[in-house]
Amino acid sequence: MDSQPLTHHVTLRVNGRDHAIEIEPRVSLLDVLRDHVGLTGTKKGCDQGACGACTVLVDGGRINSCLTLAIQYEGRDIVTVEGLAIGEALRPLQQAFIKHDGFQCGYCTPGQLCSAVGMLDEIKHGVPSAVTSTAGKAIDLSDDELRERMSGNLCRCGAYIGIRDAIREVHEGAIR
Amino acid sequence: MNNFAYSRADDATSALDLISAANGNGGGKFLAGGTNLVDLMREGIERPSAVVDVTRLPLDSITEHNGGLRIGAMVRNSHLAANALVRQRYPLLSQAILAGASPQLRNMATTGGNLMQRTRCYYFYDLSTHCNKRVPGSGCDARNGFNRYHAILGTSEHCIATHPSDMCVALAALDATINVESNLGARSLPAEGFHRLPGDSPDHETNLEAGELIVSVDLPASTADLHSHYRKLRDRASYAFALVSVAAAVKIVSGKLEQIHIALGGVAHKPWRALVAENMLVDHIPSAKLFEQAAAAELASASPRRYNGFKIELARRTIVDVLSELTSESTKSQ
Repeated sequence: MDSQPLTHHVTLRVNGRDHAIEIEPRVSLLDVLRDHVGLTGTKKGCDQGACGACTVLVDGGRINSCLTLAIQYEGRDIVTVEGLAIGEALRPLQQAFIKHDGFQCGYCTPGQLCSAVGMLDEIKHGVPSAVTSTAGKAIDLSDDELRERMSGNLCRCGAYIGIRDAIREVHEGAIR
Repeated sequence: MNNFAYSRADDATSALDLISAANGNGGGKFLAGGTNLVDLMREGIERPSAVVDVTRLPLDSITEHNGGLRIGAMVRNSHLAANALVRQRYPLLSQAILAGASPQLRNMATTGGNLMQRTRCYYFYDLSTHCNKRVPGSGCDARNGFNRYHAILGTSEHCIATHPSDMCVALAALDATINVESNLGARSLPAEGFHRLPGDSPDHETNLEAGELIVSVDLPASTADLHSHYRKLRDRASYAFALVSVAAAVKIVSGKLEQIHIALGGVAHKPWRALVAENMLVDHIPSAKLFEQAAAAELASASPRRYNGFKIELARRTIVDVLSELTSESTKSQ
């Protein structure tokens, strides 16, 4: 409970592994993942919460890792793009991104992937969006719905069509 | 970002003790989701010497309270919007939250933090410009700058910034109450009076006192189950701040507007409760003509700058359209 000066020893659980690090409290979760834990898959785009390239999952929910301090995430379960594969195999969403050309330069892709994993889980749990805000209605993943739910992730190459198709394929596979 | 002392509070009492120690030592800030404060600290606009993390306070539930609902200050925006009781009784609030930000941000942002959001005025963010909100007395470059996104109502010569929140517009319309605590005790503020107009102290954005912590927000029984709608107009279809937004809730009894609540976003330094229009409409039979008159009267005091004059007509039309839609639906469903 004491205010402590300068550096803190914290343990962050990332992709199922504990990492003991020493950080200043001002360091963002994004910078800790990249510079202290050595997982550079998570990307720094705008560093102000506008682009979504830094999206990671915390306790299963998607967040922008640039807009939060790493020290706030002690004891939480953090998953980055490096933790999405199932063992040595890409998960179906990753395979679908390759199949549908869901990227060009690839810079936004880790964020798109983590965001889409979070989004598909939200749909499974009936989380509403501005498109489907009426309680009790099943969520139909229309183009409008998908765009709204992925609006926090920008792609400057404009690979949106492939991203959409990849996410839809995995969604439809999951509900079949 | 400047360095600061970090501490994590386990309950409201320890949070208040930590902040009062910090305030006696140069100034502290409560930190919740971080979506605004971390950004402002990175830009050097906020430079607290101490940060008290309140994300682990046990204030993250939504419970029945006096026939309405009590929302803990640490309830995430995504959870608030998805809550079954909120969606059933106060769909306006759910709709407003879902109209704002992105899913990632809504997963992070808290109810208390959303209330404490600061303006997104470019001049406030740009350290090379003059801003009375950032540096009191330095001037306002927005007044004669690119002010398309700026306020038209309740402005002052010192500041024309807008409040960015969608959630707060719904809270103002729904007569919500903000409950706060400090080492001096607890008190409650009406949502409509929580944020301030800029006047001659635009750096003073809310009526919170130093050392006060938002602990919960109450939604009253009186505004439950109203027929309501939140409409947001912006430059792109999603993930953008409002140019104008309208939150409206009505109850029609025997063909008359027994209850009418209207609040506007994107037009003022605070969520703008449209009391002039409400007073013209309450207890009257709804009609397009009356809506036109009420909307025009509400906006009569608007003062545009060079680039934001369009907001007056946009707000007027949106008020009329939302009310027309709501009252025709409400009449049909009776």
